[in-house]
Amino acid sequence: MSNAIEIKDLKKTYPNNINALKGISLNIQNNDFYGLLGPNGAGKSTTISIIVSLVKKSSGQVIINGQDIDLDHSAAKQHIGIVPQEFNFNIFEPCQQIIINQAGYYGVERHIAEQRCDQLLSEVGLMDKKHLPAGSLSGGLKRRLMIARALIHQPSILILDEPTAGVDISLRRQMWQILKEKNQNGLTIILTTHYLEEAEQLCENIGIINHGQLIENTSKTGLLAQLNMESYLLFCDPIESFPQQSPFSIQQITNNKLEATLNSNQSISELIHYLTQHQITIHRIQNKVNRLEELFVNLTEGAPI
Amino acid sequence: MNGQIIGLKTIVRREVTRLIRIWRQTILPPIITSTLYFLIFGNFIGDRIGDIENTSYLSFMVPGLILMTVITNSFTNVSSTVFGAKFQKSLEELLVSPLKNTTILTGYILSGVIRGCMTGLMVSIVSLFFAPIHIYSYAISIISMLLTSILFSLAGFINALYAKSFDDISILPTFILTPLTYLGGVFYSVSLLPPLWQQISYFNPVLYLINLFRYGFIGISDINTSYSLIILTIFTALFWVLSLHLLKKGFAGYRT
Ligand SMILES: Nc1ncnc2c1ncn2[C@@H]1O[C@H](COP(=O)(O)OP(=O)(O)OP(=O)(O)O)[C@@H](O)[C@H]1O
Ligand SMILES: [Mg+2]
Repeated sequence: MSNAIEIKDLKKTYPNNINALKGISLNIQNNDFYGLLGPNGAGKSTTISIIVSLVKKSSGQVIINGQDIDLDHSAAKQHIGIVPQEFNFNIFEPCQQIIINQAGYYGVERHIAEQRCDQLLSEVGLMDKKHLPAGSLSGGLKRRLMIARALIHQPSILILDEPTAGVDISLRRQMWQILKEKNQNGLTIILTTHYLEEAEQLCENIGIINHGQLIENTSKTGLLAQLNMESYLLFCDPIESFPQQSPFSIQQITNNKLEATLNSNQSISELIHYLTQHQITIHRIQNKVNRLEELFVNLTEGAPI
Repeated sequence: MNGQIIGLKTIVRREVTRLIRIWRQTILPPIITSTLYFLIFGNFIGDRIGDIENTSYLSFMVPGLILMTVITNSFTNVSSTVFGAKFQKSLEELLVSPLKNTTILTGYILSGVIRGCMTGLMVSIVSLFFAPIHIYSYAISIISMLLTSILFSLAGFINALYAKSFDDISILPTFILTPLTYLGGVFYSVSLLPPLWQQISYFNPVLYLINLFRYGFIGISDINTSYSLIILTIFTALFWVLSLHLLKKGFAGYRT
Protein backbone atom coordinates (compact mmCIF):
# COMPACT_ATOMS: atom_id res chain seq x y z
CA MET A 1 0.00 0.00 0.00
CA SER A 2 1.39 3.41 -0.87
CA ASN A 3 1.85 6.24 1.57
CA ALA A 4 -0.49 9.20 1.76
CA ILE A 5 1.96 11.14 3.88
CA GLU A 6 5.65 10.58 4.51
CA ILE A 7 7.44 12.72 7.04
CA LYS A 8 11.20 12.42 7.38
CA ASP A 9 13.19 13.91 10.24
CA LEU A 10 10.96 16.95 10.46
CA LYS A 11 12.32 19.70 12.66
CA LYS A 12 10.90 23.06 13.62
CA THR A 13 12.33 25.82 15.72
CA TYR A 14 10.05 28.86 15.92
CA PRO A 15 11.58 32.35 15.67
CA ASN A 16 11.20 32.66 19.47
CA ASN A 17 13.58 29.67 19.74
CA ILE A 18 10.90 27.23 20.87
CA ASN A 19 12.00 23.87 19.62
CA ALA A 20 8.60 22.49 18.68
CA LEU A 21 9.67 19.49 16.58
CA LYS A 22 12.91 17.64 17.18
CA GLY A 23 12.99 15.28 14.22
CA ILE A 24 9.78 13.42 13.54
CA SER A 25 9.62 10.59 11.03
CA LEU A 26 6.30 9.06 10.22
CA ASN A 27 4.52 7.30 7.37
CA ILE A 28 0.78 7.28 7.04
CA GLN A 29 -0.67 4.82 4.57
CA ASN A 30 -3.46 5.45 2.14
CA ASN A 31 -6.88 4.91 3.65
CA ASP A 32 -5.46 4.77 7.15
CA PHE A 33 -7.32 6.29 10.08
CA TYR A 34 -4.38 7.68 11.97
CA GLY A 35 -4.54 9.22 15.42
CA LEU A 36 -1.89 11.70 16.47
CA LEU A 37 -1.92 12.02 20.22
CA GLY A 38 0.15 14.01 22.64
CA PRO A 39 -0.17 16.44 25.53
CA ASN A 40 -0.64 20.20 25.04
CA GLY A 41 2.31 21.79 23.29
CA ALA A 42 3.66 18.44 22.04
CA GLY A 43 3.88 19.63 18.43
CA LYS A 44 0.80 18.13 16.80
CA SER A 45 -0.56 21.36 15.35
CA THR A 46 2.92 22.43 14.31
CA THR A 47 3.29 19.23 12.28
CA ILE A 48 -0.06 19.76 10.62
CA SER A 49 0.62 23.44 9.95
CA ILE A 50 3.85 22.55 8.17
CA ILE A 51 1.99 20.06 5.95
CA VAL A 52 -0.46 22.76 4.81
CA SER A 53 2.13 25.57 4.58
CA LEU A 54 0.94 27.72 7.47
CA VAL A 55 4.28 27.21 9.18
CA LYS A 56 7.68 26.90 7.53
CA LYS A 57 9.70 23.85 8.55
CA SER A 58 13.28 24.25 9.74
CA SER A 59 14.44 21.02 8.13
CA GLY A 60 13.27 17.59 7.06
CA GLN A 61 11.06 16.34 4.29
CA VAL A 62 7.32 16.03 3.80
CA ILE A 63 5.88 14.03 0.91
CA ILE A 64 2.17 14.01 0.14
CA ASN A 65 0.90 11.35 -2.26
CA GLY A 66 4.40 11.14 -3.69
CA GLN A 67 4.79 14.91 -4.05
CA ASP A 68 7.55 16.63 -2.11
CA ILE A 69 6.23 19.88 -0.63
CA ASP A 70 9.57 21.53 -1.31
CA LEU A 71 9.20 20.90 -5.03
CA ASP A 72 5.54 21.73 -5.59
CA HIS A 73 3.65 22.55 -2.44
CA SER A 74 0.75 23.87 -4.47
CA ALA A 75 0.17 20.50 -6.15
CA ALA A 76 0.66 18.64 -2.87
CA LYS A 77 -1.92 20.77 -1.06
CA GLN A 78 -4.55 19.92 -3.66
CA HIS A 79 -4.86 16.46 -2.05
CA ILE A 80 -5.49 17.71 1.46
CA GLY A 81 -8.55 18.92 3.30
CA ILE A 82 -7.95 20.49 6.67
CA VAL A 83 -10.07 21.09 9.75
CA PRO A 84 -7.93 23.30 11.97
CA GLN A 85 -7.88 23.39 15.75
CA GLU A 86 -9.23 26.94 15.91
CA PHE A 87 -12.13 28.43 13.98
CA ASN A 88 -10.74 30.15 10.94
CA PHE A 89 -13.54 31.51 8.83
CA ASN A 90 -15.01 34.95 8.39
CA ILE A 91 -17.85 35.05 10.92
CA PHE A 92 -19.82 37.49 8.76
CA GLU A 93 -19.95 35.22 5.74
CA PRO A 94 -22.86 32.80 5.33
CA CYS A 95 -22.02 29.09 5.67
CA GLN A 96 -22.71 28.38 2.01
CA GLN A 97 -20.42 31.20 0.84
CA ILE A 98 -17.59 29.97 3.04
CA ILE A 99 -17.77 26.48 1.58
CA ILE A 100 -18.22 27.55 -2.03
CA ASN A 101 -15.38 30.06 -1.83
CA GLN A 102 -13.11 27.39 -0.42
CA ALA A 103 -13.98 25.21 -3.39
CA GLY A 104 -12.94 28.08 -5.65
CA TYR A 105 -9.53 28.33 -3.98
CA TYR A 106 -9.05 24.65 -4.85
CA GLY A 107 -10.03 25.29 -8.46
CA VAL A 108 -13.51 23.78 -8.34
CA GLU A 109 -15.93 25.49 -10.72
CA ARG A 110 -18.72 27.33 -9.00
CA HIS A 111 -21.70 25.39 -10.34
CA ILE A 112 -20.08 22.10 -9.29
CA ALA A 113 -19.26 23.53 -5.88
CA GLU A 114 -22.86 24.63 -5.36
CA GLN A 115 -24.19 21.10 -5.86
CA ARG A 116 -21.55 19.50 -3.68
CA CYS A 117 -22.10 22.12 -1.02
CA ASP A 118 -25.76 21.19 -0.56
CA GLN A 119 -24.84 17.53 -0.37
CA LEU A 120 -22.17 18.17 2.27
CA LEU A 121 -24.30 20.56 4.27
CA SER A 122 -27.02 17.94 4.57
CA GLU A 123 -24.47 15.26 5.48
CA VAL A 124 -23.23 17.32 8.40
CA GLY A 125 -26.74 18.51 9.26
CA LEU A 126 -26.30 22.19 8.46
CA MET A 127 -28.68 22.49 5.55
CA ASP A 128 -31.12 24.71 7.45
CA LYS A 129 -28.26 27.05 8.46
CA LYS A 130 -27.02 27.45 4.89
CA HIS A 131 -27.67 31.18 4.61
CA LEU A 132 -26.83 32.14 8.18
CA PRO A 133 -23.57 33.94 8.95
CA ALA A 134 -21.05 31.44 10.33
CA GLY A 135 -20.63 33.51 13.47
CA SER A 136 -24.18 32.72 14.51
CA LEU A 137 -23.57 28.95 14.73
CA SER A 138 -22.90 27.20 18.03
CA GLY A 139 -19.40 25.84 18.65
CA GLY A 140 -20.22 22.28 17.61
CA LEU A 141 -21.93 23.42 14.43
CA LYS A 142 -18.95 25.61 13.57
CA ARG A 143 -16.77 22.47 13.73
CA ARG A 144 -19.13 20.71 11.37
CA LEU A 145 -19.03 23.65 9.02
CA MET A 146 -15.26 23.31 8.93
CA ILE A 147 -15.57 19.59 8.16
CA ALA A 148 -17.89 20.34 5.22
CA ARG A 149 -15.51 23.05 4.04
CA ALA A 150 -12.54 20.67 4.19
CA LEU A 151 -14.31 18.09 2.03
CA ILE A 152 -15.67 20.36 -0.70
CA HIS A 153 -12.78 19.77 -3.12
CA GLN A 154 -12.92 15.99 -2.52
CA PRO A 155 -9.46 15.59 -1.04
CA SER A 156 -7.92 12.14 -0.62
CA ILE A 157 -6.50 13.07 2.78
CA LEU A 158 -8.47 14.72 5.56
CA ILE A 159 -6.57 16.18 8.50
CA LEU A 160 -8.54 17.11 11.59
CA ASP A 161 -6.90 18.94 14.47
CA GLU A 162 -9.01 18.27 17.55
CA PRO A 163 -12.30 18.27 15.66
CA THR A 164 -14.41 17.29 18.63
CA ALA A 165 -13.06 19.73 21.24
CA GLY A 166 -16.06 21.30 22.92
CA VAL A 167 -18.55 19.14 21.02
CA ASP A 168 -21.27 17.42 23.05
CA ILE A 169 -21.49 13.65 23.24
CA SER A 170 -24.28 13.09 20.75
CA LEU A 171 -22.79 15.50 18.20
CA ARG A 172 -19.43 13.85 18.70
CA ARG A 173 -20.85 10.42 17.99
CA GLN A 174 -22.54 11.74 14.86
CA MET A 175 -19.23 13.19 13.74
CA TRP A 176 -17.50 9.88 14.38
CA GLN A 177 -20.10 8.21 12.22
CA ILE A 178 -19.49 10.64 9.38
CA LEU A 179 -15.73 10.17 9.61
CA LYS A 180 -15.97 6.39 9.77
CA GLU A 181 -18.11 6.35 6.63
CA LYS A 182 -15.72 8.63 4.77
CA ASN A 183 -12.83 6.42 5.81
CA GLN A 184 -14.64 3.31 4.61
CA ASN A 185 -15.14 5.04 1.28
CA GLY A 186 -11.40 5.42 0.87
CA LEU A 187 -10.53 8.71 2.56
CA THR A 188 -7.29 8.80 4.52
CA ILE A 189 -7.95 10.47 7.85
CA ILE A 190 -5.47 11.93 10.29
CA LEU A 191 -6.87 13.13 13.55
CA THR A 192 -5.46 14.69 16.67
CA THR A 193 -7.43 14.44 19.83
CA HIS A 194 -7.19 14.64 23.58
CA TYR A 195 -10.06 12.20 23.99
CA LEU A 196 -8.45 8.80 24.19
CA GLU A 197 -11.82 7.19 23.82
CA GLU A 198 -12.09 8.86 20.45
CA ALA A 199 -8.77 7.43 19.29
CA GLU A 200 -9.75 4.01 20.60
CA GLN A 201 -13.07 4.18 18.73
CA LEU A 202 -11.83 5.52 15.42
CA CYS A 203 -8.16 5.01 14.74
CA GLU A 204 -6.40 2.05 13.24
CA ASN A 205 -2.94 3.38 13.89
CA ILE A 206 -1.73 5.72 16.56
CA GLY A 207 1.28 7.94 17.00
CA ILE A 208 2.12 9.69 20.23
CA ILE A 209 4.10 12.91 20.15
CA ASN A 210 5.69 14.32 23.26
CA HIS A 211 8.02 17.30 23.47
CA GLY A 212 8.43 17.36 19.72
CA GLN A 213 9.34 13.69 19.38
CA LEU A 214 7.37 10.73 18.18
CA ILE A 215 7.57 8.35 21.13
CA GLU A 216 5.15 5.75 19.83
CA ASN A 217 3.90 4.79 16.38
CA THR A 218 1.99 1.56 16.15
CA SER A 219 -1.38 -0.02 15.51
CA LYS A 220 -4.08 0.58 18.07
CA THR A 221 -4.24 -3.13 18.88
CA GLY A 222 -0.48 -3.19 19.31
CA LEU A 223 -0.67 -0.26 21.65
CA LEU A 224 -3.40 -1.81 23.73
CA ALA A 225 -1.45 -5.07 23.92
CA GLN A 226 1.36 -3.14 25.57
CA LEU A 227 -0.89 -2.59 28.49
CA ASN A 228 0.46 -4.81 31.18
CA MET A 229 -1.58 -3.32 33.97
CA GLU A 230 -5.24 -3.15 34.58
CA SER A 231 -7.11 -1.22 37.25
CA TYR A 232 -10.30 -2.19 39.03
CA LEU A 233 -12.68 -0.47 41.40
CA LEU A 234 -13.78 -2.80 44.19
CA PHE A 235 -16.96 -2.17 46.18
CA CYS A 236 -17.06 -3.90 49.56
CA ASP A 237 -18.57 -3.90 53.05
CA PRO A 238 -17.30 -1.06 55.22
CA ILE A 239 -13.68 -1.82 55.96
CA GLU A 240 -12.52 -1.99 59.54
CA SER A 241 -8.85 -2.64 59.13
CA PHE A 242 -6.98 -2.36 55.90
CA PRO A 243 -3.79 -4.39 55.37
CA GLN A 244 -0.75 -2.11 55.48
CA GLN A 245 1.48 -4.25 53.33
CA SER A 246 0.18 -6.25 50.39
CA PRO A 247 1.53 -7.90 47.25
CA PHE A 248 -1.02 -5.88 45.28
CA SER A 249 -1.17 -2.19 44.63
CA ILE A 250 -4.34 -1.26 46.51
CA GLN A 251 -5.62 2.14 47.50
CA GLN A 252 -8.50 2.80 49.83
CA ILE A 253 -10.77 5.42 48.27
CA THR A 254 -13.68 5.48 50.73
CA ASN A 255 -14.44 3.12 53.53
CA ASN A 256 -16.28 0.82 51.14
CA LYS A 257 -14.39 1.38 47.94
CA LEU A 258 -10.91 0.31 46.88
CA GLU A 259 -8.87 0.74 43.76
CA ALA A 260 -6.51 -2.06 42.80
CA THR A 261 -4.02 -2.26 39.95
CA LEU A 262 -2.87 -5.68 38.80
CA ASN A 263 0.13 -6.39 36.67
CA SER A 264 0.15 -9.08 34.05
CA ASN A 265 1.25 -11.93 36.33
CA GLN A 266 -1.36 -11.25 39.00
CA SER A 267 -4.86 -12.61 38.65
CA ILE A 268 -8.10 -11.19 39.90
CA SER A 269 -8.94 -14.36 41.79
CA GLU A 270 -5.68 -14.03 43.71
CA LEU A 271 -6.67 -10.52 44.62
CA ILE A 272 -10.12 -11.51 45.84
CA HIS A 273 -8.70 -14.41 47.76
CA TYR A 274 -6.19 -12.11 49.43
CA LEU A 275 -8.87 -9.57 50.39
CA THR A 276 -11.23 -12.22 51.74
CA GLN A 277 -8.40 -13.48 53.95
CA HIS A 278 -8.24 -9.98 55.38
CA GLN A 279 -11.96 -9.93 56.14
CA ILE A 280 -12.87 -7.68 53.24
CA THR A 281 -15.96 -8.81 51.34
CA ILE A 282 -16.26 -7.72 47.74
CA HIS A 283 -19.73 -7.14 46.25
CA ARG A 284 -18.94 -5.74 42.93
CA ILE A 285 -15.94 -5.22 40.67
CA GLN A 286 -15.74 -2.53 38.03
CA ASN A 287 -13.09 -2.34 35.37
CA LYS A 288 -11.62 1.12 35.56
CA VAL A 289 -12.36 2.72 32.20
CA ASN A 290 -10.00 4.02 29.65
CA ARG A 291 -7.01 1.85 29.71
CA LEU A 292 -5.58 3.76 26.79
CA GLU A 293 -5.70 6.89 28.87
CA GLU A 294 -3.50 5.30 31.51
CA LEU A 295 -1.08 3.99 28.98
CA PHE A 296 -0.91 7.47 27.49
CA VAL A 297 -0.10 9.04 30.83
CA ASN A 298 2.53 6.39 31.52
CA LEU A 299 4.13 6.90 28.13
CA THR A 300 4.18 10.69 28.08
CA GLU A 301 5.17 11.20 31.69
CA GLY A 302 7.89 8.61 31.59
CA ALA A 303 9.38 9.95 28.38
CA PRO A 304 12.67 11.86 28.36
CA ILE A 305 12.30 15.62 28.10
CA MET B 1 -10.53 26.46 -16.60
CA ASN B 2 -7.20 26.72 -14.85
CA GLY B 3 -7.48 26.28 -11.07
CA GLN B 4 -5.52 29.44 -10.35
CA ILE B 5 -7.90 31.51 -12.48
CA ILE B 6 -10.93 30.05 -10.71
CA GLY B 7 -9.23 30.85 -7.41
CA LEU B 8 -8.48 34.40 -8.52
CA LYS B 9 -12.07 34.96 -9.59
CA THR B 10 -13.24 33.60 -6.26
CA ILE B 11 -11.07 36.00 -4.27
CA VAL B 12 -12.19 39.01 -6.30
CA ARG B 13 -15.82 38.00 -6.10
CA ARG B 14 -15.60 37.51 -2.36
CA GLU B 15 -13.94 40.91 -1.90
CA VAL B 16 -16.45 42.72 -4.08
CA THR B 17 -19.27 41.07 -2.11
CA ARG B 18 -17.66 42.41 1.04
CA LEU B 19 -17.34 45.87 -0.51
CA ILE B 20 -21.04 45.90 -1.25
CA ARG B 21 -22.06 44.33 2.06
CA ILE B 22 -20.38 47.15 3.98
CA TRP B 23 -21.22 49.95 1.52
CA ARG B 24 -21.81 52.42 4.33
CA GLN B 25 -18.11 52.20 5.16
CA THR B 26 -16.82 51.81 1.65
CA ILE B 27 -18.93 53.67 -0.85
CA LEU B 28 -20.74 56.39 1.04
CA PRO B 29 -17.87 58.21 2.85
CA PRO B 30 -15.91 59.30 -0.26
CA ILE B 31 -19.07 60.79 -1.77
CA ILE B 32 -19.83 62.75 1.36
CA THR B 33 -16.27 63.97 1.96
CA SER B 34 -15.69 65.01 -1.62
CA THR B 35 -18.99 66.87 -1.76
CA LEU B 36 -17.94 68.78 1.34
CA TYR B 37 -14.52 69.60 -0.11
CA PHE B 38 -16.02 70.80 -3.37
CA LEU B 39 -18.57 72.92 -1.52
CA ILE B 40 -16.09 74.51 0.84
CA PHE B 41 -13.00 74.94 -1.33
CA GLY B 42 -14.79 75.26 -4.62
CA ASN B 43 -17.85 77.29 -3.91
CA PHE B 44 -17.43 78.98 -0.54
CA ILE B 45 -13.78 80.06 -0.56
CA GLY B 46 -12.48 79.03 -3.97
CA ASP B 47 -13.30 82.40 -5.57
CA ARG B 48 -11.17 84.19 -3.02
CA ILE B 49 -8.19 81.96 -3.76
CA GLY B 50 -8.21 82.87 -7.43
CA ASP B 51 -6.73 80.90 -10.33
CA ILE B 52 -3.72 78.60 -10.22
CA GLU B 53 -1.74 78.43 -13.45
CA ASN B 54 -4.67 79.98 -15.35
CA THR B 55 -7.12 77.35 -14.10
CA SER B 56 -9.89 77.98 -11.61
CA TYR B 57 -8.98 76.73 -8.16
CA LEU B 58 -11.80 74.18 -8.24
CA SER B 59 -10.67 72.65 -11.54
CA PHE B 60 -7.13 72.54 -10.20
CA MET B 61 -8.27 70.77 -7.05
CA VAL B 62 -10.59 68.19 -8.68
CA PRO B 63 -7.89 65.80 -9.95
CA GLY B 64 -6.02 66.06 -6.64
CA LEU B 65 -9.12 65.15 -4.71
CA ILE B 66 -9.98 62.27 -7.03
CA LEU B 67 -6.53 60.81 -6.69
CA MET B 68 -6.52 61.31 -2.93
CA THR B 69 -9.70 59.24 -2.84
CA VAL B 70 -8.10 56.53 -4.96
CA ILE B 71 -5.05 56.46 -2.68
CA THR B 72 -6.92 56.19 0.61
CA ASN B 73 -9.53 53.75 -0.63
CA SER B 74 -7.12 51.35 -2.29
CA PHE B 75 -4.89 51.36 0.73
CA THR B 76 -7.63 51.02 3.32
CA ASN B 77 -9.46 48.33 1.38
CA VAL B 78 -6.53 45.98 1.15
CA SER B 79 -5.01 46.71 4.55
CA SER B 80 -8.29 46.24 6.37
CA THR B 81 -9.49 43.17 4.52
CA VAL B 82 -6.14 41.39 4.74
CA PHE B 83 -5.57 42.28 8.37
CA GLY B 84 -9.17 41.37 9.14
CA ALA B 85 -8.60 37.99 7.50
CA LYS B 86 -5.41 37.53 9.50
CA PHE B 87 -7.16 38.52 12.71
CA GLN B 88 -10.06 36.13 12.12
CA LYS B 89 -7.61 33.55 10.74
CA SER B 90 -9.70 33.25 7.58
CA LEU B 91 -6.54 34.12 5.67
CA GLU B 92 -5.67 30.46 6.35
CA GLU B 93 -8.39 29.46 3.88
CA LEU B 94 -6.18 30.89 1.16
CA LEU B 95 -2.84 29.88 2.63
CA VAL B 96 -3.71 26.17 2.95
CA SER B 97 -5.15 26.02 -0.56
CA PRO B 98 -3.15 25.26 -3.71
CA LEU B 99 -3.32 28.93 -4.73
CA LYS B 100 0.06 30.34 -5.63
CA ASN B 101 1.28 33.44 -3.81
CA THR B 102 1.02 35.44 -7.03
CA THR B 103 -2.64 34.48 -7.35
CA ILE B 104 -3.44 35.46 -3.77
CA LEU B 105 -1.62 38.77 -4.17
CA THR B 106 -3.24 39.53 -7.52
CA GLY B 107 -6.68 38.81 -6.05
CA TYR B 108 -6.24 41.26 -3.19
CA ILE B 109 -4.65 43.92 -5.39
CA LEU B 110 -7.48 43.66 -7.91
CA SER B 111 -9.99 44.13 -5.11
CA GLY B 112 -8.10 47.25 -3.97
CA VAL B 113 -7.99 48.56 -7.53
CA ILE B 114 -11.72 47.99 -7.91
CA ARG B 115 -12.49 49.89 -4.72
CA GLY B 116 -9.97 52.66 -5.46
CA CYS B 117 -11.07 53.26 -9.04
CA MET B 118 -14.75 52.91 -8.22
CA THR B 119 -14.59 55.56 -5.51
CA GLY B 120 -12.35 57.71 -7.71
CA LEU B 121 -14.96 57.52 -10.42
CA MET B 122 -17.71 58.46 -8.01
CA VAL B 123 -15.81 61.51 -6.85
CA SER B 124 -15.30 62.44 -10.52
CA ILE B 125 -19.06 62.24 -11.02
CA VAL B 126 -19.70 64.37 -7.93
CA SER B 127 -17.19 66.94 -9.22
CA LEU B 128 -19.27 67.32 -12.39
CA PHE B 129 -21.89 69.05 -10.28
CA PHE B 130 -19.35 71.71 -9.33
CA ALA B 131 -17.01 72.10 -12.29
CA PRO B 132 -17.01 70.93 -15.88
CA ILE B 133 -14.36 68.32 -16.65
CA HIS B 134 -12.49 68.34 -19.96
CA ILE B 135 -10.06 65.50 -19.82
CA TYR B 136 -6.74 66.44 -21.42
CA SER B 137 -5.45 62.88 -21.94
CA TYR B 138 -7.58 59.84 -21.21
CA ALA B 139 -4.60 57.51 -21.55
CA ILE B 140 -2.50 59.28 -18.94
CA SER B 141 -5.46 59.77 -16.60
CA ILE B 142 -6.41 56.11 -16.71
CA ILE B 143 -2.87 54.75 -16.51
CA SER B 144 -1.96 56.97 -13.61
CA MET B 145 -5.14 56.18 -11.73
CA LEU B 146 -4.61 52.44 -12.23
CA LEU B 147 -0.94 52.54 -11.26
CA THR B 148 -1.73 54.62 -8.20
CA SER B 149 -4.39 52.23 -7.02
CA ILE B 150 -2.09 49.25 -7.62
CA LEU B 151 0.72 50.94 -5.72
CA PHE B 152 -1.39 51.79 -2.70
CA SER B 153 -3.17 48.45 -2.69
CA LEU B 154 0.28 46.88 -2.47
CA ALA B 155 1.24 49.28 0.31
CA GLY B 156 -1.93 48.29 2.17
CA PHE B 157 -1.13 44.63 1.66
CA ILE B 158 2.39 44.99 3.02
CA ASN B 159 1.09 46.99 5.96
CA ALA B 160 -1.44 44.26 6.77
CA LEU B 161 1.15 41.50 6.63
CA TYR B 162 3.46 43.32 9.02
CA ALA B 163 0.66 44.44 11.33
CA LYS B 164 0.13 42.67 14.62
CA SER B 165 -2.79 44.75 15.90
CA PHE B 166 -5.49 47.09 14.65
CA ASP B 167 -3.28 49.97 15.84
CA ASP B 168 -0.60 48.95 13.38
CA ILE B 169 -3.17 49.28 10.63
CA SER B 170 -4.00 52.89 11.44
CA ILE B 171 -0.49 54.16 12.20
CA LEU B 172 0.70 54.23 8.60
CA PRO B 173 -2.32 56.08 7.19
CA THR B 174 -2.38 58.59 10.03
CA PHE B 175 1.29 59.39 10.34
CA ILE B 176 2.57 58.83 6.83
CA LEU B 177 -0.09 58.49 4.17
CA THR B 178 -2.30 61.44 5.13
CA PRO B 179 0.57 63.95 5.58
CA LEU B 180 2.20 62.84 2.34
CA THR B 181 -1.07 63.18 0.47
CA TYR B 182 -1.99 66.58 1.88
CA LEU B 183 1.54 67.85 1.33
CA GLY B 184 1.69 66.23 -2.10
CA GLY B 185 -0.06 69.11 -3.81
CA VAL B 186 -3.70 68.04 -3.70
CA PHE B 187 -4.72 71.56 -2.76
CA TYR B 188 -1.88 73.67 -4.17
CA SER B 189 0.81 73.84 -6.76
CA VAL B 190 4.32 73.41 -5.35
CA SER B 191 5.40 76.37 -7.42
CA LEU B 192 3.55 78.49 -4.87
CA LEU B 193 5.78 77.26 -2.04
CA PRO B 194 8.97 78.94 -0.80
CA PRO B 195 12.10 77.35 -2.42
CA LEU B 196 13.08 75.30 0.64
CA TRP B 197 9.64 73.68 0.89
CA GLN B 198 9.64 73.10 -2.84
CA GLN B 199 12.90 71.17 -2.49
CA ILE B 200 11.50 69.11 0.38
CA SER B 201 8.34 68.38 -1.57
CA TYR B 202 10.31 66.71 -4.31
CA PHE B 203 11.08 63.86 -1.87
CA ASN B 204 7.38 63.15 -1.52
CA PRO B 205 6.40 60.35 -3.92
CA VAL B 206 2.74 61.34 -3.78
CA LEU B 207 3.63 64.65 -5.43
CA TYR B 208 4.62 62.77 -8.59
CA LEU B 209 1.38 60.79 -8.68
CA ILE B 210 -0.83 63.77 -8.20
CA ASN B 211 0.98 65.80 -10.80
CA LEU B 212 0.90 62.98 -13.28
CA PHE B 213 -2.81 62.55 -12.81
CA ARG B 214 -3.43 66.27 -12.91
CA TYR B 215 -1.51 66.43 -16.13
CA GLY B 216 -3.74 63.74 -17.63
CA PHE B 217 -6.78 65.57 -16.36
CA ILE B 218 -6.16 69.22 -17.09
CA GLY B 219 -2.78 69.24 -18.82
CA ILE B 220 -0.99 71.03 -15.98
CA SER B 221 1.93 69.56 -14.04
CA ASP B 222 4.72 70.77 -11.78
CA ILE B 223 6.85 67.84 -12.80
CA ASN B 224 7.99 66.13 -15.98
CA THR B 225 5.42 63.45 -16.87
CA SER B 226 7.70 60.65 -17.98
CA TYR B 227 9.80 61.15 -14.86
CA SER B 228 6.64 60.70 -12.75
CA LEU B 229 5.63 57.58 -14.68
CA ILE B 230 9.03 55.99 -14.20
CA ILE B 231 9.06 56.65 -10.47
CA LEU B 232 5.55 55.29 -10.10
CA THR B 233 6.40 52.12 -12.02
CA ILE B 234 9.59 51.51 -10.05
CA PHE B 235 7.81 51.81 -6.71
CA THR B 236 5.00 49.54 -7.88
CA ALA B 237 7.48 46.87 -8.97
CA LEU B 238 9.38 47.11 -5.67
CA PHE B 239 6.23 46.78 -3.59
CA TRP B 240 5.10 43.82 -5.69
CA VAL B 241 8.35 41.98 -5.12
CA LEU B 242 8.32 42.75 -1.40
CA SER B 243 4.72 41.48 -1.06
CA LEU B 244 5.57 38.19 -2.76
CA HIS B 245 8.69 37.86 -0.68
CA LEU B 246 6.68 38.25 2.54
CA LEU B 247 4.09 35.70 1.43
CA LYS B 248 6.83 33.23 0.65
CA LYS B 249 9.29 33.80 3.48
CA GLY B 250 6.72 34.48 6.18
CA PHE B 251 5.13 37.46 7.89
CA ALA B 252 3.71 38.39 11.29
CA GLY B 253 1.54 35.39 12.07
CA TYR B 254 2.30 32.87 9.36
CA ARG B 255 4.96 30.91 7.54
CA THR B 256 7.75 32.04 9.84
N1 LIG C 1 3.48 30.48 16.09
C1 LIG C 1 4.23 30.02 17.10
N2 LIG C 1 5.28 30.74 17.50
C2 LIG C 1 6.05 30.29 18.51
N3 LIG C 1 5.88 29.14 19.17
C3 LIG C 1 4.84 28.38 18.81
C4 LIG C 1 3.96 28.78 17.76
N4 LIG C 1 3.02 27.82 17.62
C5 LIG C 1 3.30 26.88 18.53
N5 LIG C 1 4.38 27.20 19.26
C6 LIG C 1 5.01 26.39 20.32
O1 LIG C 1 5.37 25.15 19.76
C7 LIG C 1 5.10 24.08 20.66
C8 LIG C 1 4.17 23.09 19.99
O2 LIG C 1 2.91 23.68 19.79
P1 LIG C 1 1.73 22.97 19.02
O3 LIG C 1 0.67 23.98 18.85
O4 LIG C 1 2.26 22.31 17.83
O5 LIG C 1 1.27 21.88 20.09
P2 LIG C 1 0.03 20.88 20.06
O6 LIG C 1 0.59 19.52 20.20
O7 LIG C 1 -0.84 21.16 18.91
O8 LIG C 1 -0.71 21.28 21.41
P3 LIG C 1 -2.27 21.37 21.76
O9 LIG C 1 -2.69 19.99 22.12
O10 LIG C 1 -2.31 22.27 22.94
O11 LIG C 1 -2.97 21.92 20.59
C9 LIG C 1 4.51 24.73 21.90
O12 LIG C 1 5.54 24.89 22.83
C10 LIG C 1 4.03 26.07 21.42
O13 LIG C 1 4.10 27.01 22.46
MG1 LIG D 1 -2.70 21.84 18.67
